[in-house]
Amino acid sequence: MRKYSVFAIAREAMRAHKGWEAQWTSPEPRSSYDVIIVGAGGHGLGAAYYLAKEHGITNIAVIEKGWLGGGNTGRNTTIIRSNYLYEESMDIYEHSLKLWEGLSQDLNYNVMYSPRGVMMLSHNIHDQQSFKRHINANRLYGIDNEWLTPEQAKAFVPVLDISKTARYPINGAALQRRGGTARHDAVAWGFARAAADRGVHIIQNCEVTGIRRGPGGEVQGVETSKGFIGAKKIGVSAAGHSSVVMEMADVRVPLASNPLQALVSEPMKPIFPCVVMSNTVHAYISQSDKGELVIGAGTDQYNSYSQTGGLQIITHTLDAICELFPMFRRVKMMRQWGGITDNTPDRSPIQGVTPVPGLFVNCGWGTGGFKATPGSANLFAHLIARGEPHKLAAGLTLDRFRTGRLIDEAAAAAVAH
Amino acid sequence: MLLIHCPYCEEDRSELEFRWAGEAHVVRPENIAAISDEEFAEFFFLRNNEKGLTYERWRHIHGCGRFFNAARDTVSDRFLVTYKAGLPKQPVPVAEKFAAIAEEKSVETWEQTEGDAR
Repeated sequence: MRKYSVFAIAREAMRAHKGWEAQWTSPEPRSSYDVIIVGAGGHGLGAAYYLAKEHGITNIAVIEKGWLGGGNTGRNTTIIRSNYLYEESMDIYEHSLKLWEGLSQDLNYNVMYSPRGVMMLSHNIHDQQSFKRHINANRLYGIDNEWLTPEQAKAFVPVLDISKTARYPINGAALQRRGGTARHDAVAWGFARAAADRGVHIIQNCEVTGIRRGPGGEVQGVETSKGFIGAKKIGVSAAGHSSVVMEMADVRVPLASNPLQALVSEPMKPIFPCVVMSNTVHAYISQSDKGELVIGAGTDQYNSYSQTGGLQIITHTLDAICELFPMFRRVKMMRQWGGITDNTPDRSPIQGVTPVPGLFVNCGWGTGGFKATPGSANLFAHLIARGEPHKLAAGLTLDRFRTGRLIDEAAAAAVAH
Repeated sequence: MLLIHCPYCEEDRSELEFRWAGEAHVVRPENIAAISDEEFAEFFFLRNNEKGLTYERWRHIHGCGRFFNAARDTVSDRFLVTYKAGLPKQPVPVAEKFAAIAEEKSVETWEQTEGDAR
């Protein structure tokens, strides 16, 4: 595959851009692979990429029932941060943040990672105590996070209203400067291109309908809408549908699938410099490089696979946004959509071995999986290649619900879901 | 927003009046102190999370305040039947059930889910 560079742009400019090649191929599936990954989102494609790059396994298929990056990878609000409270969480999200910093160079694909800062607003004494606890935990662990006074917060985000008469007064903020956003589609496309370049097969519009197992219970392959495909190892990275896929191998995982919505406004001139979140009034907002305000709403209360959600959920979030930033009251919202998030009882992900030999699972990323994409993919690849978890992901096992070693991560969603 | 029929008030009311209350017909083990960790984890954490027909509890918290059960299709979010707490699982209309299963089997394509937005 030809490398993207300034010379490639110059060369193509000379010949009317007719020489660009397809970023990945769409091959017919082979009869069997060393590894099959179910789900071609960022996590699945990334795992295939790191298996090929770091573990020398290239006979891999990534099987996707829809289109590449069309699930939660293309539906989230692209927030990246690592300011979690517990060591298990900080380990994996900080690992991920470090990979984000070099990802565009590594993939030779501009994922537009933009460390513009993630600010969490504090409105009351409880917020203040909780944020300072997080800040201290993060700094002791070597992760940047700092406390700002209202005046310092306003200096960073000039459009903040820090007056005492505001509907939701601000008494400070936590700021992670290395946090920010990235272009979600580019992450899926970049991993797909880099994986395909190393020989990985990406098979779209092919639904896994069953997992075939041998006499010893071990996996033999998957039944799909394109027929049976053999595999020595299977990694399930199917987000909201993880429990459906795992059920095919008679493994029950403690997941609840809930709709989560997001929306974007009409594009505007640059007005919003970073990501601002308020847990207390449930608002979070950033501005994309196209100029649209990107706003995340909450989850619906019930289990659903509908990829839609209730209007009252969006209204609730927009109420808070309009109170915090009255200047956005007349901005038109252009698009709204929903994704299906897979939530665990302790709101921390599950990545690990399963009772079925050869079957590995990466799920439960819930409402905050995008930021973890490279880190999760990297550690999932390690898990599949070695058969045991990397030490950074050792606490995320499925077994923790039996042993009771839960990771009760209150920061898993920066806003309460 | 869902429109939910409360079997006690015998009225269709907006979802704003209701609180979802998890999977229905989960039975607490009688000998909870004696069961193994695996059995406890299953009782406490594992839920069905069905794609298609699901049985779940709702509470009419801003109405009569009572819990009741519902059968719902989690793909279309359509309620198939609601019934009073304490009753066994109610059968759902057969045609509805087949529609739910048929929808579950279909392959998602970009045209199906987002094509109309073009």
